Amino acid sequence: MTTMTEMQTTQVYQLFIKATPEAIWEAITKPEFTAKYFHGSLVESTFVPGEPYHGYSPDRSQLWVDGEVLESDPPRKLQHTWRSLYDEETAAEPHSRVTWEIEPQGGGFAKLTVVHDQLDQSPKTAASVSGAGWMIVLSGLKTLLETGEPLEG
Amino acid sequence: MTDDDRVFKALADPTRRFLLDRLFARDGRTLTELESELEMTRFGVMKHLRVLEDAGLVVARRSGREKLHFLNPVPIRLIHDRWIDKYTERRVSALADLKTQVEESA
Repeated sequence: MTTMTEMQTTQVYQLFIKATPEAIWEAITKPEFTAKYFHGSLVESTFVPGEPYHGYSPDRSQLWVDGEVLESDPPRKLQHTWRSLYDEETAAEPHSRVTWEIEPQGGGFAKLTVVHDQLDQSPKTAASVSGAGWMIVLSGLKTLLETGEPLEG
Repeated sequence: MTDDDRVFKALADPTRRFLLDRLFARDGRTLTELESELEMTRFGVMKHLRVLEDAGLVVARRSGREKLHFLNPVPIRLIHDRWIDKYTERRVSALADLKTQVEESA
């Protein structure tokens, strides 16, 4: 799919989730939640700007994602840098940037927008997170928050 | 109208599918860029983009003075997830790959 298109240096994903902004914030910042939808990874950070943003393998033996917290405004906005270490080629690329924006909506819904940008110098990372990459994560996050169960499979 | 209804309604129009195809080829475009590829008034293109935005298939974001339009694939993924599970997906994508190969070599 990605060979057919020009490399997308900014990727935008948006979805509505029947949950409070606080619940979404918790789900994206606590390892016990990320383990259930983020490819099993454990996200760990103090969420203080300038501090590390880490994603560990389920058994904590490997660091899969490393980054730095740029902005943290619970439960509205989280921004951090991103480098995928689980693959040699993406690990060699510079950091890109991920922004999570949570906006309350009517009827108990919140709108979550994920922007992965600054991918200009990181084509392998861009390709690996596009298409199914982010979507599996976000679809799993929605299912987890709305049903309490991880996505099937 | 449910979210799914909005997505199917938005996709049931060739101009709107063309706009999504253009954004799939290159994302983050202005109205002026999109308009230049269609034999249609600016107002007409804006109306179609509005329907796509309401369905969540296009997300508009400000970048400096420009308003850029991005393809948001999540609603289509959610429809996919509703009827296609992880095990069926392998068979479906194998068939889709076969179709692409056969048609490209034809």
